[in-house]
Amino acid sequence: MTRHRKFLAGGAVILAALAYLIYAGLTQSAVYFITPSELQAAPVTGKAYRLGGMVLPGSVEWNPATLDLAFALSDGKASVPVRHRGTAPDLFGEGRGAVVEGSWTGDGYFKASQIMAKHSEDYKAPHGNPGDASYRDLLRTLKKDGTAR
Amino acid sequence: MIPEIGTGALAVGAALALYGGVAAAVGAGTGRSALIASAQHAALAVFALVTGCFLLLAYAFLTFDFSVRYVAIQTNLATPFYYRITAVWGALEGSILLWAWMLTLYTLVMVLRHRAQRDLYPWALAVMLGIVAFFLVVMTIPAPPFERLTPVPPDGRGLNPLLEDTGMITHPVALYLGFTGFSVPFAFALAALITGRVGDAWIATTRRWTIIAWYFLSLGLLIGGWWSYHVLGWGGYWAWDPVENAAFMPWLTGTAFLHSAMIQERRRMLKLWNISLVILTFGLTIFGTFLTRSGVIASVHAFSQGSIGAFFLSFLALVLLGAFGLLAWRWDRLRADGELDSVLSRESAFLLNNLALVAAAFTVFFGTVFPLLSEAVRGVKVSVGAPFFNQVNVPLFLALIFLMGVGPLIAWRRASVENLTRNFLGPVAVGTGAAAVLWLVGVRSTLAVLTLGLTVFTAGTMALDFSRAARARMRGGLGLLPAMATVLRRHNRRYGGFAIHFGILIIALGVTGSQAWSVQTEATLRPGETVRLAGYAVRFDGLSAAQDSTHAKVIGTFTVSNGRGEATVMRPTKKFYPQEQSPIAGVDYRMGLREDLYLVLGDFARDGSQATVKALVNRLVSWIWIGGLVLTLGALLAIIPDDKRA
Repeated sequence: MTRHRKFLAGGAVILAALAYLIYAGLTQSAVYFITPSELQAAPVTGKAYRLGGMVLPGSVEWNPATLDLAFALSDGKASVPVRHRGTAPDLFGEGRGAVVEGSWTGDGYFKASQIMAKHSEDYKAPHGNPGDASYRDLLRTLKKDGTAR
Repeated sequence: MIPEIGTGALAVGAALALYGGVAAAVGAGTGRSALIASAQHAALAVFALVTGCFLLLAYAFLTFDFSVRYVAIQTNLATPFYYRITAVWGALEGSILLWAWMLTLYTLVMVLRHRAQRDLYPWALAVMLGIVAFFLVVMTIPAPPFERLTPVPPDGRGLNPLLEDTGMITHPVALYLGFTGFSVPFAFALAALITGRVGDAWIATTRRWTIIAWYFLSLGLLIGGWWSYHVLGWGGYWAWDPVENAAFMPWLTGTAFLHSAMIQERRRMLKLWNISLVILTFGLTIFGTFLTRSGVIASVHAFSQGSIGAFFLSFLALVLLGAFGLLAWRWDRLRADGELDSVLSRESAFLLNNLALVAAAFTVFFGTVFPLLSEAVRGVKVSVGAPFFNQVNVPLFLALIFLMGVGPLIAWRRASVENLTRNFLGPVAVGTGAAAVLWLVGVRSTLAVLTLGLTVFTAGTMALDFSRAARARMRGGLGLLPAMATVLRRHNRRYGGFAIHFGILIIALGVTGSQAWSVQTEATLRPGETVRLAGYAVRFDGLSAAQDSTHAKVIGTFTVSNGRGEATVMRPTKKFYPQEQSPIAGVDYRMGLREDLYLVLGDFARDGSQATVKALVNRLVSWIWIGGLVLTLGALLAIIPDDKRA
């Protein structure tokens, strides 16, 4: 019986350790997901958030030399300026959904450490989409001036 | 006409599977062999029908039958032959068909292997056919692969470009062979509960099945990592994405079961625990399918679709309620015959291993569903990402590596001081020594030092044990290599397991190295300019363009030289698919045992005057794939039939 109790006690210690592990993990690593209006209503400086919205058309500024990217995320009611260092993911684009992880700086912008762009769920016409003509154009220029092939 | 045949065949298959399940159950209950034989015929017919459906769908893909909605979405006229075949299982409907086909295949093999048995097998057959019936019903109602599309479009949309990759043939196939493979031990476990024969028979019967399922699941996860690494272009192989987690959870509980089953075989303990683990593992495979296919979570893998979530959730509820109901009914028979004698024993090491694995599965489960719970209960959206999973799982995984060293060598029942010093003094010294050397050469990451020290300790225990066994054979007059071969052959289960453990250690080395020492940089370059990273000089030479059958691409040419003056040309690309709004990165990489150099082309000027490139030096990543290879060899060794002369 005492042996039985010992094992039960051991199990309880293990369970408690696990519960603590999860609790500590959640309090330290879980990140709240907020919308631009929620952020603007109550901006907390320095706290990690995930901010989700639509990339406002016309707002994207990209400086290749310094790798500085600036854009605004909007939820239709409010928009938040976002800054990031580095190239955006392929799916990132104006008028599309994006989620950024980072924090509000207090200097009037949200500093993003990571950008997660979303796949658009719309069904796309198989051919002749707007991007089509412009990239054919691009290929022509590159084939003319390009180095290989 | 062909799509209608397919739809019809699926419906007939569903009805037959349902009939077969009932016939097998009644036959098993009443002992009427004719009914069991009839169920076996039904299983055969269902296999033939589902195989036929699979071929019909493949045929629709090969002939560009865009009147089938699924074909029109998954291919277009430009999709090459090869990818038209893999496109068959590239999305929801086809993946369920592949899943169902594998289930019928496993059922068939089960019939062939076990049909002479009369105790557990008929009930297991009934359970398998019931599962098959569910998947066929899913394809008849919420996810019909042969559904027509009107008007018939002149061309299809085309395959998701990320799936145009060789990994996409093998990743889902291996993963599903793993998922569906766990149905067999589950079916036998239920049969054991129903018949009340909850002893070791079902464990012995399903041992090989479990290893096979476990192996394929491991392989599927590894290939998924490989695909992520060389296709997605972020330089990583595991993101704790909800769908990765969905596949990882049954792997964890399945691994726990593989180990606890050995305790039941040897010591007749853990009967209740083993059956619960198998139920849990099977339940998690269904839960994973639910997560992936119901659209409840956003993920790179998720294909969202209307009512299918409700089907899977109901099935899951039925499985869990039914299985745990049976368990409760047989409660009194599930008492252990043996008992735990000491904390310092092999039983106890295995028990701790099980606790750590199940705890890891639980934390992964918790982290994956916490955002859903938080939103549903508190109305607050929370995201739980990689930091949580790493923080919580790393201590558990370190404990597992340690136990991997202890478990196989510590004595059963109660370890004596002599047993402990004989088996562990050397490995502890080697492990501590390795950690000290790492510290001395300047490694300052505590986690890396700890992980590698533990890894060396565990590798040391295996080397010690194997060399002892081989030396014993050499004393019998054999040479070194024949002695080693004999040991492997005679004790294939033990040393197959060792080889799998060794593969896992190698994977742990790769994961540790890549997490601790990888570096990256990003720069915008004009032609002729160079960016430097970790001894490499990456020079941008220019942009060019090319047209492939499915896409156009812009190619960046970079000359890369390392510190030793060797130069190579690397060509990362950006691919433009007509059916996609965004370009897709085509990574270029050079793999090495020490490190991989990995280039991703970012933004570029349309006149070719500049381009942004991301360069990553990923350390020791290759060892992850090498570990996978070792693990494969170990699994093969573990499932070959036992040598009776041993």
